[in-house]
Order: sequence, then structure tokens, then C-alpha cells
Amino acid sequence: MSLERHRNILDYTLQALLRRKFKNIGIIIVFTSMISILGSIIFLSYSFKREATLILNASPELIVQRVMAGRHDLIQISLMKDILEIPGVRKVEPRFWGYYYDSLIKANYTLIAANEAVLRDNRLLKGRLPDPQENNVTAIGKGVADARLLDLGDMFSLQSADGRWIEFKVIGVFESESDLLTSDLIIISTRDFKSLAKLPDGMATDLLVSVRNKVEAPTIAKKIKERFPDTRPLLRDEIIRTYDAVFGWRSGLILICFIGALTAFIILAWDKAMGLSAEEKKEIGILKAIGWETSDVLEMKFWEGLIVSLTSFLTGIILAYLHVFFLGASLFAPALKGWSIIYPSFRLAPFINPYQIATLLAITVVPYIASTIIPSWKVSITDPDELMRG
Amino acid sequence: MKIKSFKYLRKSTLFFLFIVLNVAIVVVLLIKSGSILSEHDNLRKDLEEIVRTLHLTDMVLSTDARYTRHPTQSDLFSAFQDYPGSIEHFPTGSVIAPPDFTSIGTFIKVHKFQRSATTGEHR
Repeated sequence: MSLERHRNILDYTLQALLRRKFKNIGIIIVFTSMISILGSIIFLSYSFKREATLILNASPELIVQRVMAGRHDLIQISLMKDILEIPGVRKVEPRFWGYYYDSLIKANYTLIAANEAVLRDNRLLKGRLPDPQENNVTAIGKGVADARLLDLGDMFSLQSADGRWIEFKVIGVFESESDLLTSDLIIISTRDFKSLAKLPDGMATDLLVSVRNKVEAPTIAKKIKERFPDTRPLLRDEIIRTYDAVFGWRSGLILICFIGALTAFIILAWDKAMGLSAEEKKEIGILKAIGWETSDVLEMKFWEGLIVSLTSFLTGIILAYLHVFFLGASLFAPALKGWSIIYPSFRLAPFINPYQIATLLAITVVPYIASTIIPSWKVSITDPDELMRG
Repeated sequence: MKIKSFKYLRKSTLFFLFIVLNVAIVVVLLIKSGSILSEHDNLRKDLEEIVRTLHLTDMVLSTDARYTRHPTQSDLFSAFQDYPGSIEHFPTGSVIAPPDFTSIGTFIKVHKFQRSATTGEHR
């Protein structure tokens, strides 16, 4: 019987909401879009952060770069011997990489020299990587392949530092699933890289240092800095921290863009909830006059808040999920893309943090219900006769 | 048995059906996420292999300038390094955070504008 009573009150509440359907549907639409935007920002930044932390854990432990007059410069390979003498250092190897501006399509590529010809059975690479001593072959990212309409076996040319055009045969293309890492890459052999960039002998872009115990990495970085003051050691932890900061900033910036809309909604909800209209006061007066208890009126208002906020929350969260993980966060893409010509297709893994969803629920649904009930409680303890007279 | 038309259902029943439908969609999406993530776990081994082999340090989020392509490899002042007097013009530069300088504790001081009583010069 008791359950039936609650259902009757819910039936009445829904009927009352339908009586003012344009106003209430309007509130639900605005509330839903606010939640879907907030939810999208949460999903997007959390997925990026998780993906970056997981993948970049495999990045080099310690990179040593040379700084000359405050700018990144080529480093002498001979330093490798001195760094190797530092206790705790396991291995030091040179890294060759740089950029290539393609004036044909006005895009920047990242050139990387392959040190080792592995990735033989990698599912994300169609074909293979060039061998370190192999000439005129390349493996390219999907973004480069799409921009230059290339596929396995095709030829394309790059202009070397002395103006010569060097032809390369495409022997590998990265699959689009690896776009977030490989979209703009052109992998060539070390020998080709040196002749393309006219790299002086005995120089490298930077040095990679492997340590025996990763806990010692900061100490080794400090020692390198002390022994070679013109170098800049970069730790893996710093790389991961950078991405944490980048995504925190990006999501914060997108949030700022929507802060105006969010404030407008808060004002709308506040205005609607805090002051009951004369019609609503009269309705409460009539209900009390025909025998409704104060608790019944409060229950009705509780249902009213719950219907509006829960409907908006569930719909908003579903829309946010679809927007980020099915539509590739298309609303936010312009802010993230910048002027990039080659840009990865977003295929984010749907990492979801239940704690963040619970927080979103707590900061949207609960205050809305509370701000609907509190003013009604004030009205419902007033004399019905006074309420009906207005 | 004849199924009741939606028109004759109580409004509360319709509301509960709507909420149940939404919750079901959320549950389906969560299950789908789980399956995508487990598939992604397999792919991640390949991604990690690529990162390890090519010694990658950055994700391809923007390719418009070298300091937005490799934020971890650039200098602290990299947003202004293209050529002398160049202002930072890439939109991506506005969504990459500047370094944290709070520990340095520097402040910009603005002094009150004063006119010298004896010479009348601005100070």
C-alpha cells in the first residue's frame, strides 16, 4: 500500500511537470547539454592522460641533449664514453631525429633514423622498418601516407640539405590504430638520415642513457649535468609529467570556454528553484487544503527534482560517451588541432574513472534536488488559505 | 494475452521504463568499454614496442610547430623561438601550459606614477 502511495505522488508529479512541459523540457535540454559537455571534458582528458602514462612508460629512461647558447644543439657522440663511466649507467646510444617541412602540402613530418630493424611481427605496422644500413627505403605513418597518397611499394622523394632530391621506397606503413604515436613519422636508415640532413660526423641529435636501477636515474641525471654543464638531461618521469600538465591545461581551457554557458545554467536553476512562482504556491495551497501532508508536498518536490536531474544526467553522460569515443570528440577537435596539417584520427581507448562520474553526479543531481525541496518546504508549512489567496 | 498500449500505462511506469532503458544503455556502454580496453591491452604491447624501438618521447597531438609536436623536448621559451621578434602564433600554443614558475617567486611590481617636485620630470 505504501509503495502505491509513492507511485501516486510520482504520477501526480509527472502530470504536473507535463502541464508546464515547454519550461521543463527546456530546463532538461540545457541541463543535459551542460552535463554532456562536462562529461566529455572528463572522459577526454582522463583517457588522454591514461593513454599517455601507459604508452610513454616505454619511452627512454634518460635523454641527454646539448644546449648551446640556450638552444638545443647537436651532441658529440664521443660523450657516450664519458657517460658510460658514470656508475649505474648500463648503456648509452645515439639518437638521430629531426623535422622535415614538406612545402608541397605544407606539413611538418618527424624524421627518425631506425637504430634497429625490429618490429617484424608488430600488428600495427604493415610491412617492415628499414635496416640501419639499408638505403632509400622508408616506413611512414598513416598521416603521411594519406597526405601524400602513398602505400606499400610506392616511391616518394625528400630534399636533402644540399638541395638534392633523394627517392625512397615505402616498405612499411603504420596502421591507424597507432596514429597517436606514428601519424607524422618517416622512418629511414641512419645512413640515409645522415646524408639527408648532412649531419657532421661524430654528432647525434641526442643521447639515450639506460640505467641499471631506475631509482638512480635522477642521481645519474644530476651527475651528467655536473660533469657536462652544457647538457640537459630529460627524465622519463618528466616526460609523463609534461603530458599530465598538458591535458590538465587543455581540459581546463575548454572548460573556461564553456564557463559562460555553465554560469547561465546555474543562474537559471537557482532562479527556478529558489523562488516558487505564484502558480506553484497556489498549487501547494490547494494540495494542502484537500488533505496533503507537508511530507507529501516535499516528496512531490523531491520527485520533481529527481525526474529533471536524473533524466538530464543519464542522457548527458550517454551523449558525452558517444561524443568522445564514437565521434572522436569532434566538438573539441578544433581547439586541439591548431594549424596541424597532419593530424591523428582520434581513436581513444574508453578509460573511465568511476570516481569522476560519481563526482559529476554529486555536483549536479544532489544540489538540484536540494534547491527544489528547500523553498517548497518553506511554502508548505504556510497556511493553505494564505497561499491560495496569494 | 493482449499487451497494453503505452497510452494506457501509468506515467510512473513510463518514467521507470525510461530510466531503466537509460541505465541499460550506460551498462552496455560500460561493458563495451571493458571489451574495447581488453582488446586495447593487446594492442598496447605493440604500441609499447613501437615506442621502445623508435625511442619515442611524445604523442602526435599537433604537428604545427616543433614545440607543440614534441612538448617534452623543447626549451622553456620554445613558444617564441621561431625567429627574432616572432610572436607565438599557433593556436595550439594557447592550449599547452606554460612551465610552473611558482617556486621561483618572482613578482611583477608596478610603481605608482610620480612627478618630481623639483624638476617636474616624470618618474
